[in-house]
Amino acid sequence: MALSAGCATTNGDSRDPFEGFNRTMYGFNQAVDEAVVKPVSKAYKEALPELVQTGVRNFFSNLADIFIGVNNLLQGKVIDAANDGMRFALNTTIGGLGVLDWASEMGLEKHNEDFGQTFGRWGVSDGPYIVWPLLGSSTVRDSVGEVFDIRVDPVRNHEPIVARNAMYLTRVVSKRADLLDASRILEEAALDKYVFTRDSYLQRRRSLIFDGSPPREFPRAANPGPTGAAEVPGNRETVLSASAQGELQNVEGK
Amino acid sequence: MLKASKGILALGSAIAGLFVALAAIAQDVPPDVLVKNVTLEVIDIVSKDKDIQSGNQKKIVDLVEAKVLPHFNFTAMTRLAVATNWDKSTAEQKKQLTEEFKTLLVRTYSSALTTYRDQKFDFRPLRAKPTDTDVTVQVRIAQSGREPVMLEYDMEKTPSGWKAYDVRVAGVSLVVNYRTEFANEIRTSGIDGLIKGLAAKNKGPVVVKAEKK
Repeated sequence: MALSAGCATTNGDSRDPFEGFNRTMYGFNQAVDEAVVKPVSKAYKEALPELVQTGVRNFFSNLADIFIGVNNLLQGKVIDAANDGMRFALNTTIGGLGVLDWASEMGLEKHNEDFGQTFGRWGVSDGPYIVWPLLGSSTVRDSVGEVFDIRVDPVRNHEPIVARNAMYLTRVVSKRADLLDASRILEEAALDKYVFTRDSYLQRRRSLIFDGSPPREFPRAANPGPTGAAEVPGNRETVLSASAQGELQNVEGK
Repeated sequence: MLKASKGILALGSAIAGLFVALAAIAQDVPPDVLVKNVTLEVIDIVSKDKDIQSGNQKKIVDLVEAKVLPHFNFTAMTRLAVATNWDKSTAEQKKQLTEEFKTLLVRTYSSALTTYRDQKFDFRPLRAKPTDTDVTVQVRIAQSGREPVMLEYDMEKTPSGWKAYDVRVAGVSLVVNYRTEFANEIRTSGIDGLIKGLAAKNKGPVVVKAEKK
């Protein structure tokens, strides 16, 4: 019932063949977020001093550095992998189990890697976009990546179970608290939050796979040029729309 | 009397000359320097203004309109976001689309400004030839325990200085995101429907962040 209601708003985007299902899941996730996760994260953010929040964030960030390094290695980025290994060694010891991020202060930059990105780097394409219950935005490729990410997650293998679950919860709340500002801006910017979230996710993943410098989404020629075509919509206009058209076909052809 | 009016005339031409000079300066400012100056100036004003910090929406929007807006080419931005439907729009529709999109972006920017004002900005050196007329200016924002966020401004050279026509936040281009949103809206309710949708969204209150405590 809810599913068929979702299907009604499908836009036929080739990157998102399960849009009906995904919208339903998105709605479910939004409801859970509004009812539980967001209020708890807000309380967390308001109750705890900034310093404690940073410590918690750093602690989990440090644990993640191990497999960020492994993924960099799998992508052939040996220097980056060494950087991540150094980060983990430094922060775990003099950083007090990762609570302090001394490595960043010393110029060893934090990276963002996971198995989904590694597969992307190896040439595996996104596959259809999928919204999972509770886990949120993903693609087929990134979902397979996430299965690996979850398997090697240091928190998952932590004993006893009670401590592990407490760590899981803290991590979720800490991450959500960091996103409170971003989600408010999303609220401001989006006409259709589902579409905005999806496109942001797909663009973001693409950028991450290329470590921040993906091929341009539209060629430089697509912009109206130095003479400010704003005032003179002459032949430049045709040039633009021709290239914009080509670009759109590119996106749809993916 | 004649002397006085001559004086005014001289003053007038002096002022006119000054404006020409200022325009020339604006044109000569390299894009990376422009981004740096504007960012630092705006952040400085925000950090000193108690009204803005306590969430005075009108003041924030006014600030963005006065300091940031002149450095954007909204027609180019709107044209890129509307993509193929731009050619199917009338002159009046183009004008309205640009106006509403501009308002939406100013609101979003204002909201972001109040959120990210306390960050450490790292203005990256410009990687472009002096003859380039279309460049990307990068600003990195450092955050503890997280990888830095990259802000990128795609800018083109115009007779009135460098103007931004797209902004990417952490690799997410605003123009590309809006392109899908606009295309969907136009498919279901036409260009006028999109204009109406934007206008309705712009009528709501701006979501700004007020000071904690």
